[in-house]
Amino acid sequence: MKQGLGTINRESQFKWIVYMLILGMMLLAPLFLSDFRLMLLAKYVSFAIVAIGLALIWGYTGILSLGHGVFFGLGAYGMAMYLKLEASGGKLPDFMVWSGQNELPWFWMPFSSFFLTLLLIVIVPMGIAYGLGFLTFRNRIQGVQFTILTQALVLIVVTLLIGQQAFTGGSNGITGFKTILGYSLSDPTVKRVLYWITIGVLALLFALAYWMTKSRFKRVLLAIRDGENRLRFIGYNPAVFKAFIFAVSAGFAGIAGALFVLHVGIISPSMMGIVPSIEMVLWVAIGGRNSLSGAVLGALLINYAKTTFSEAYPSLWLFLLGGLFVISVILLPRGFMGLMKDGMQKIKKRRKREDANENNIDFTFGESKR
Amino acid sequence: MKTTSILRSEKVSVEFAGFKAVNEVNFHLAACQLHFLIGPNGAGKTTFLDVLCGKVKAKRGKVWYKENVELTKKKEHQIADLGISRKFQAPSIFPKLTVYENLELAIQPRKGVWSSLFEKTNKDLQEKIQHHLQLIELQSRAEQMAGALSHGEKQWLEIGMMLVQEPNVLLLDEPVAGMTDVETEKTGKLLKEITKKQSVIVVEHDMEFVRTFSEKVTVMHQGALLMEGTMQEVQEDERVAEVYLGQRAS
Repeated sequence: MKQGLGTINRESQFKWIVYMLILGMMLLAPLFLSDFRLMLLAKYVSFAIVAIGLALIWGYTGILSLGHGVFFGLGAYGMAMYLKLEASGGKLPDFMVWSGQNELPWFWMPFSSFFLTLLLIVIVPMGIAYGLGFLTFRNRIQGVQFTILTQALVLIVVTLLIGQQAFTGGSNGITGFKTILGYSLSDPTVKRVLYWITIGVLALLFALAYWMTKSRFKRVLLAIRDGENRLRFIGYNPAVFKAFIFAVSAGFAGIAGALFVLHVGIISPSMMGIVPSIEMVLWVAIGGRNSLSGAVLGALLINYAKTTFSEAYPSLWLFLLGGLFVISVILLPRGFMGLMKDGMQKIKKRRKREDANENNIDFTFGESKR
Repeated sequence: MKTTSILRSEKVSVEFAGFKAVNEVNFHLAACQLHFLIGPNGAGKTTFLDVLCGKVKAKRGKVWYKENVELTKKKEHQIADLGISRKFQAPSIFPKLTVYENLELAIQPRKGVWSSLFEKTNKDLQEKIQHHLQLIELQSRAEQMAGALSHGEKQWLEIGMMLVQEPNVLLLDEPVAGMTDVETEKTGKLLKEITKKQSVIVVEHDMEFVRTFSEKVTVMHQGALLMEGTMQEVQEDERVAEVYLGQRAS
């Protein structure tokens, strides 16, 4: 057992060094990238935040949500409403005037405060996810049925957003932002600072998720995934755990959405609909859903590939994405990270064998002293 | 014979779409007893256990725990909290957790989200886990993934997961099915050990096992109680022979 702990420590040390290196590289990225490329990178980073949340519910808990576009969208619309109000300078937002609306709807009011906006970006998605999750999980709706339910949620929200044009900007969404807290959004320095904030948020939420996966809480999640019934009979209430982790992941998506709007400058129903919701799951599937870093990596790489390929061969991208998904489902059920882990394990085993052969000493003893 | 009963059912009936799986069963389990429930297939034994642990809701009737708590309206995890622990037929453990972690999940006194996030397993509990590892003879495999255990070991681990919660009542559904003779023997001894402090109901088909270890046997047939007594009495009873033989003949 001691030996096991020793290797784990060394491994996690190595892991943290890699994480820190990547974090450092990402912090330095603005020095080397054009404004446009930086905006794209920031976009990918906000997607990576969604991916962390998805790994928590899908990889660890076994709940597949194809509705995270909604929570992403709720966060995004929240930030967009704040930015729009600031850009309108106390007047009614332009699209409301065009639709003949003559006063600000009540649910827009709180978004004139930056502080309230920050709160609502997290609370609204979490609240909706917890409510929906608790009701469905309590009634033992799970598996595919739950997944279909989340798709239905996307349809409902998107339909609502498009239908209520006077309140939501309809299918055009909300755009035309100018400043945030008085700082111009088109200023390169502001853009950089926002990028760094995004990286900071990613690091923070990654650490939060990582901490969760080191507690007993994670083992309860795995237990839900592998034997919900057994868990119930040893006295746990899985519905509460599932609703909680669903809400956490929705909160992650909400924050990601808000950051997305800051960088991209627009949110519309098509950016949070069925297709984007499914795409989010694909990043995680390809990156490795049982691993937080796999999910982040998946989101970053797939989105980078998406941009690169659609610039070169616009019509080929969807085929490639589909192909990658098929390959990962058939050959790499644990995604890219699963492949990496298997490889590492093989190398370690071989090294162990060689060590033992060459030195002909008791391996476990030598290891435990370290 | 009115000994103090730890679990008592009062005219419990269960119906599945008109079919009476359990029919007005009056049953009582005395404290510290190893009580076997036998009967031909479809007699309603498993369904009856399901009612006791809250998995199936009784259509009529009541279940009294320690004569003062009524169970039929409670949810599974509430019943589990009260100290009634259930083991299903197929071993169900958490394969991707180690043997130790399986027990660790079961032993927690508080099983909410917050305590799972913030509380560490204290020394007392850790020692208790070690004690139970010894009892189910899995100390040497504590750090292994539970999924890698043999069938018999999984069954023991699951019994261990019930035991660490220190329940008052254990409900076991065919715990020795698929075990080797040696394993069966070991399981029987373990059950004897358990009943020094706790009460156990075992649904079993292995008559040899019942003969060796039973204290009291209840025979069910077509959803109803047929008779109750020692294994000796049960074996000599004509109705029981008829039920079993009649089924064998057909």
